[in-house]
Amino acid sequence: MNVKNVLIAGVGGQGTILAGRILAAVIAAAGYDLKVSEIHGMAQRGGSVVTQVRWGERVFSPIVPPGAADAVLAFEKLEALRWLPWLRPGGRMLVNDQRVDPMPVLTGAAVYPENAAALLAAAGAAVTFCDGIDLARRAGSAKAVNLVLLGLLSRHLEFSPAEWEQAIRQAGPEKYLAANLAAFRLGAI
Amino acid sequence: MRQLMTGNEAIARGAWEAGVRVATAYPGTPSTEITENAARYPEIYAEWSPNEKVALEVGLGASIAGGRALVAMKHVGVNVAADPLFTAAYTGVTGGLVLVSADDPGMHSSQNEQDNRHLGRAAKIPILEPADSQEAKDFTVAAFSLSEEFDTPVMLRITTRAAHSRSLVQLGAREERPLPPYSKDARKYVMIPAYARLRHTAVEARLAALRELAETTPLNRVEWGDKSIGIVTGGVAYQYVKEALPGASVLKLGLSFPLPRRKITEFAQTVAQLYVVEELEDFWETYLRAWGLPVRGKEIFPRTGELQPETVAAALAADTGRPSRLPTSPPPAVAGAEPPARPPVLCPGCPHRGLFYVLRKMRLIVAGDIGCYTLGCLEPLNSIDTTICMGASIGAAIGMEKTRGEEFARRLVAVIGDSTFIHSGVTGLIDAVYNNAQTTLLILDNRTTGMTGHQDNPATGRTLRGEWRERQEIDLARLCRAVGVNRVTTVDPFEMELMEETLRTELAAAEPSVVISRRKCALIDREAARPPLYVDQAECTGCFRCMRLGCPCLSRREQKAAISDQCVACGLCAQVCAAGAIKTTGEAQ
Repeated sequence: MNVKNVLIAGVGGQGTILAGRILAAVIAAAGYDLKVSEIHGMAQRGGSVVTQVRWGERVFSPIVPPGAADAVLAFEKLEALRWLPWLRPGGRMLVNDQRVDPMPVLTGAAVYPENAAALLAAAGAAVTFCDGIDLARRAGSAKAVNLVLLGLLSRHLEFSPAEWEQAIRQAGPEKYLAANLAAFRLGAI
Repeated sequence: MRQLMTGNEAIARGAWEAGVRVATAYPGTPSTEITENAARYPEIYAEWSPNEKVALEVGLGASIAGGRALVAMKHVGVNVAADPLFTAAYTGVTGGLVLVSADDPGMHSSQNEQDNRHLGRAAKIPILEPADSQEAKDFTVAAFSLSEEFDTPVMLRITTRAAHSRSLVQLGAREERPLPPYSKDARKYVMIPAYARLRHTAVEARLAALRELAETTPLNRVEWGDKSIGIVTGGVAYQYVKEALPGASVLKLGLSFPLPRRKITEFAQTVAQLYVVEELEDFWETYLRAWGLPVRGKEIFPRTGELQPETVAAALAADTGRPSRLPTSPPPAVAGAEPPARPPVLCPGCPHRGLFYVLRKMRLIVAGDIGCYTLGCLEPLNSIDTTICMGASIGAAIGMEKTRGEEFARRLVAVIGDSTFIHSGVTGLIDAVYNNAQTTLLILDNRTTGMTGHQDNPATGRTLRGEWRERQEIDLARLCRAVGVNRVTTVDPFEMELMEETLRTELAAAEPSVVISRRKCALIDREAARPPLYVDQAECTGCFRCMRLGCPCLSRREQKAAISDQCVACGLCAQVCAAGAIKTTGEAQ
């Protein structure tokens, strides 16, 4: 098979790293070769963050070239715009309908693009928006947005609900498990 | 069963399998997790050292005592450890000694992007360079064997992309290595000139032997393919070459230095077109050119920043005239301008924020240092004049004062974190005392090493193994007094008026003074977090003075300030609000 590529983009602190780990665990359990790339350090302090996940029979590069992502899972609208050029023609843009102003916008040095949905659609991307925070609250924890979004992503991947739930069970502490599973299921339907 | 691991986890695993007894480090991105992971193996004594020089000296001591030792640091850390490194290259080892240099092409979290293959070569030690996590583990094990076989420290060079990427690793068992009886060997380990001259001769003989090894070692391998194109590469660049031209012939160098001249020459003569693809410097290319081989390299590949699969593919496609295997059609871009950048920011509740607000308000000249607080250079706080390297703030402030005089020094502060002060700031402070500077030093004591992910350090007294005793904790105020600073004050940076007043007093003093700005990092002080503050819309005048704090929780909503639910109620915005419009939820009831 060709190598599959997914980007998980967001703002430092939003839980993109855990989402990436769960996705990687599902892929590894299915027996694929895979590479996952993320950057730690200075960028995590509220900056743009991205986890890059690639899998197939044999994967070389740990990073996804522009125009090659089968899906971009964006935890924030501006980050969806930032990583749009990475989407392949026919790829899926999955967006959490949340706005987090970066500091240059807060200081007035830059303007937040108000019409993210229109800009994404105009670029020809197949976009799905999702109110992750609302669904996460309904699942019992506003912090489980990352699991809601992972559920959304799961709709477009080959792995079964049982495979996902196995990885979610292994990923987090027992006390968050019920909310995490509920959040994933709300995103997946 | 293979396990998904980062390059850093794999290096720690490799060290454990190789029977390592001692692992030392000073934290630094992208190396930090190596030693954090090594510490999880009970057979390994692991420590955070005060700096990289000490880390390497402890590692060398372990080696002299007969044990295998792993010493890890970021690329610029090797500059700090260069003094013991260059002589350890002469002494050689008893137990295997491996120095991990974690380079940061692209400067994801660094002040420069030096290529430490140059340092390994300058020290005359072999350099191994893994391309993924399996190699990170395997090369670590190989590095220890090489170290003992050739009586040399070995550099294992990894880059951010390999250090922080996860891939599958086949695990092995630990090889227990009993300690040999200790025997004194002064001619090997006492580097007086008479003995060091003998060792230098041994170093040159060793390099010659390593060059021969390079010709035959499986660390360097040829993957024959289409012989019309041959590519010499290594490290993570190898992965990009395999993406770009999967059919090309490749000579992958796992041993980055010294190079196998015969093997490379034979490869070059077998292929029609020869390329070198390497990240950052033209380290290998320079050798190939010196040997008269017709090679293309840095004229088509970038010398700055990280390589990317698409840049490697595009350069090879343009130069060979063959179509790129990676997408080249312009991807769907956002209509109009680039999306606004999202630089990192100080966290909600960060103890550094109030301090930088005061420094900006007082219009001080600030010699800064390395840590989270370096973010104080960005708008709207924008209050740092210099950031060079670990510990440089104090020396820079002294140099400025000695150049422009005492009047200038009354508007000048040096700012350094607790861990950075221990690392290499204290020597600068000794200079201020000894050479009669009137330096005002701010030590930002947030009770942790923040930027690298909250490691303990001598000022917290808690070790990497989780032990804490009062006598293991370095008291920063006592340390400053002990080196001769008479004026030492501790202030809570949330008390901004008191901080300003203290700074005015200390800047006026005609002798060195230290102000310790002490409050726990907001990410470790969860007890300090309280329900969010709110803006009383009736009282907010829309002056937006609060926005000058650069807090990510504060924003403008229809000519009034607004506070998001990320707020932890540090209260700084309430302190700066002239209208008294920012209130706690309690006040509303």
